[in-house]
Amino acid sequence: MTNHPTSLARARRAAVLAAVLGLASLAASAGALEPGQALPVAGVPGDGGATVPLVDGKAHATYIDFWASWCGPCRQSFPWMNRMQEKFGPQGLRIVAINLDAKRPDAQAFLAQVPASFELAFDAGGAAAKQFGVKAMPSSVLVGADGKVIAVHQGFRAEDEADLERRIASALGQH
Amino acid sequence: MKRITILVPAAACLALAGCAAWAPPQPWEKGALAKPEMTMGGDVLTQRFDQHIYSSKESARGGYGVGGGGCGCN
Repeated sequence: MTNHPTSLARARRAAVLAAVLGLASLAASAGALEPGQALPVAGVPGDGGATVPLVDGKAHATYIDFWASWCGPCRQSFPWMNRMQEKFGPQGLRIVAINLDAKRPDAQAFLAQVPASFELAFDAGGAAAKQFGVKAMPSSVLVGADGKVIAVHQGFRAEDEADLERRIASALGQH
Repeated sequence: MKRITILVPAAACLALAGCAAWAPPQPWEKGALAKPEMTMGGDVLTQRFDQHIYSSKESARGGYGVGGGGCGCN
């Protein structure tokens, strides 16, 4: 190998190009949902197999939650979502929790322990999750009556509750 | 020499391309990884016991998934 300046410069340019292309392909595969965007999926199959629409045209705001039975924070989020459904349901909030368990009995065992008083949908293959660009478990998307994303949230911690509740309240207030 | 300058990067590219076929599990595919038996080390009691000894000896704690009350007492 000779340290010929032109070949070195060429190699460096090629390396930079490869790095840029690599980063670009990473960014393209991410595809996370942003506020203001329309939902990538219209509906997800429910318990009986009938499609549950993510935006039903009646709710003033829809809180879509992706969860799985093995996910600890999801377990914490269920009682909170029950409370939100009870508190904001009369004002037009609709909660749809999309289960991502590979096996349905796992989800049923979870629901027997942690009952849900909101709508459930099942996406065992993760097709909807992939289109939503779910990055963490649980992930939630707050959608307005027009079907546009208002906010996206990843994870669930006790300190997130107040913030999420404020977002829901303001989404309902805007209507 | 010239052949090496071509062959070595070509081999490196091929080897790296092999990594592209390996896709990490998606966040919703980590059910098996979330099982208790997938944790490193022993069972919960053993881990608590080990962490208790470690935190008493080192005056440092946390980072192992063993919950602390935040009271600062061991």
